[in-house]
Amino acid sequence: MRKTLERFRYHILVFLAVLGPGFITAMVDNDSGGIYTYSAAGAKYGYLPLWTLLPITVVLIITQEMCSRMGAVTGKGLSDLIREEFGLRITFLLMALLVLANFTNVMAEFAGVASSLEIFGISRYISVPLAAIGVWLLVVKGNYTSVEKVFLFASVIYVTYIISGILVKPDWKSAAINSVRPILMLDSGYIYMLIGMVGTTIAPWMQFYLQSAVVEKGITAKDYAASRLEVTVGCIMTNVIAFFIIVACAGAIWSVAPRDINDASEAALGLKPFGQYAVLLFSAGLLNASIFAASILPLSTAYSVCEGLGFEAGVNRRMSEAPVFYFLYTSLIVVGAGVVLIPGFPLVRMILLSQVANGVLLPFILIFMVILINKRELMGDWVNPRWFNLASWATVVIMIGLTLALVGITIRGGAS
Amino acid sequence: MLELSGAGAFSMADNLLYFTELLSMPVLDLKGRRIGRAKDAALVPREHAARIDRFLVGGGDTWLTVRFDQIRSITLDRGIQLSDEQLLPYHDDEYMLRIGRDLLDQQIIDVTGRKVVRVTDVTMGIHHDGQRDILTVLEVDIGVRSIFRRLFQGVLPWRWVRRIEHRIPPNSIRWEFANVVEPDPLRRLRLNISYEKLEDMHPADLADIVEDLAPAEREAIFDSIDSEAAADALTEVEDPKMQASILESLEPEKAADIVEEMAPDEAADILSEMQEESSGEILDEMDSEPKIDVQELLEFEEDTAGGLMNTEYVVLHDNATVTDAMAALKGNEELLESLNTLFLIDEEERLTAAIPLARLFLARGDGRLKELASETLIQVTVDETQDRVTEFFDKYNLLTLPVVDDEGKLAGVITADDIISILRQK
Repeated sequence: MRKTLERFRYHILVFLAVLGPGFITAMVDNDSGGIYTYSAAGAKYGYLPLWTLLPITVVLIITQEMCSRMGAVTGKGLSDLIREEFGLRITFLLMALLVLANFTNVMAEFAGVASSLEIFGISRYISVPLAAIGVWLLVVKGNYTSVEKVFLFASVIYVTYIISGILVKPDWKSAAINSVRPILMLDSGYIYMLIGMVGTTIAPWMQFYLQSAVVEKGITAKDYAASRLEVTVGCIMTNVIAFFIIVACAGAIWSVAPRDINDASEAALGLKPFGQYAVLLFSAGLLNASIFAASILPLSTAYSVCEGLGFEAGVNRRMSEAPVFYFLYTSLIVVGAGVVLIPGFPLVRMILLSQVANGVLLPFILIFMVILINKRELMGDWVNPRWFNLASWATVVIMIGLTLALVGITIRGGAS
Repeated sequence: MLELSGAGAFSMADNLLYFTELLSMPVLDLKGRRIGRAKDAALVPREHAARIDRFLVGGGDTWLTVRFDQIRSITLDRGIQLSDEQLLPYHDDEYMLRIGRDLLDQQIIDVTGRKVVRVTDVTMGIHHDGQRDILTVLEVDIGVRSIFRRLFQGVLPWRWVRRIEHRIPPNSIRWEFANVVEPDPLRRLRLNISYEKLEDMHPADLADIVEDLAPAEREAIFDSIDSEAAADALTEVEDPKMQASILESLEPEKAADIVEEMAPDEAADILSEMQEESSGEILDEMDSEPKIDVQELLEFEEDTAGGLMNTEYVVLHDNATVTDAMAALKGNEELLESLNTLFLIDEEERLTAAIPLARLFLARGDGRLKELASETLIQVTVDETQDRVTEFFDKYNLLTLPVVDDEGKLAGVITADDIISILRQK
């Protein structure tokens, strides 16, 4: 007994040792928005969306790598760089968009809290305010860094999706074919889902968060190689989990009858092989992911905005020293959580919407990133290799194209 | 209130002009024809610290340079009127500090506020010296008022912008207290940028500022302030990894100068964080005496008493008198600020007693130091663990704890500030 305990301890230590900004970002990537988006994709379209994961992984690695490289080489955050190179007006505009998109994300995290606990009959009027106050206190007054490790370790729960994905006996042949065969349909639901999938995986806020985290950790160009590896592994892991969520939901839900997901009990069907524990596992995973992301997102947003606009920022500053920072941080939490409490608020639909907002904002952030990282006076020899630029511009074009297509279809659908 | 003529030549700044307002102001020749718009303005710090010396004017394809003495008047209503039309084309001049390019949106150090701020706008004063209007940089603007101005200048008429922004509280730093950060040493020289003002700051404040900057800028500051101020600030930088990377980024010679000025235990802590190759280079450049101290400390494991201790203490012989102690203190004046205990050793250099410094004041000059000693001598060996050492400090309410080697010889002392740092890091 003692021996297994010690071995367990050892494994935790090894696990914690490899933790870095890239790994944390990868884990937060599968937040409530991620879980619901992938579940919904699998439940409604089966194995069909699987082909997106390969290109998404490549683009995710490229964007995350660019951010951590910029952080390591310049020692500055992304919003700092945008401000210094593009001036105040553009920074202000981008920050306004970021606040808007991140607000919907914060809302999604609290909606995740609400929906994970409503299965057990805990009213959202209890769970959401408690979570909001808890997160605020944890970050401002408490010791977030030590709690972060608990969140990360609890993320192990995603393994259940891998197990479930195997146990539901999915149609592996179909899954394999669909993983490499792209299918485009000019159907608004399908395009909506595609934008959401890209948006949830390559969320704009993550780029700001990751770059600041790299700077914060003091990673420099010299010891950047290890960081690049960590980022790459993290990105691949994110998408392996996404793959299994989709496969599990395709096998357990879509193969019975394709449908939309409207609440947590339906999404929990993705873990059906665990029988009576499926609901418990699903909501535990969702709750952890939601609170984890809710602790990072408002903070990272407030940081990015204050850095970009030149306001003092940081939880180690007093409220009178950094009023804008605290105001922004607190209002993101209060309003994000408050909106969820509006009677009749459709939790899952809004969570999915927030990820689409991410996808719409992504190309704009990406444009600035690519311009910045190709500036030789900033990056020296660390400017982008050509194929990185090609892949990034392709993503920009595709995402703008998808958004336009969605807008077009919606307008035409509305007119007819 | 917004009187904007060129009259009133005697006060220093009868009219204010913001840089955002200057941008895109029309520039008119002698006959009042427009030749272009203002694209940027520049100081030539070697000529004058605050006067706008050059205006860059964009007309057709090229930019022209207007010297300050080629201008007759600058008004918000009519723009910039020239008194001399012999303009040179603009080519990059490394002696210029361009407000728009080098200052706007960049980070500077607010010396009085002791923090790093981002420049949103620059306030200038217009004054007429009898022949021409001269612009002088007065303040660097940060905060909401200047953000509002930047966002709406050119969108709304300037009078509206000024009226509305008046309701927002201002937030500015006087130009004399704004320190520009320039990583390139050559450019620093040409632009006459120095960090002397930072040397007078409290080291802990300077450390906070440095922590807020990017690595290249950090390096610039440590490279140019004097070694003593650099050593004090480096000691106050909280993250050991950052301390190490600052030292690594400097030339080994400069790094060695800084390390020599540091307390040996702090120096050893930082050097032990570095790669052996780089710390070796620094040690090679050091003078022999501080080098030996540091090298000895480097031998110990980081989390033992040996790793925590420093070698800055005053030690006297067993049978010394109070007068001897006074003489010894006079010879160690640089230690006085933090010294609170004297130590006595016997012939074999073994520690025999610790004397609280304050007791000297109450003793007669010929009295024996031994008689003033603390009742129990509390000491630890070099291999004692960090946790035990902390416990000792708590239990016996210590300020200073002597550390001895296997033979009981005094090896160093641990002071309360070391313990506070450890506890803070937990």
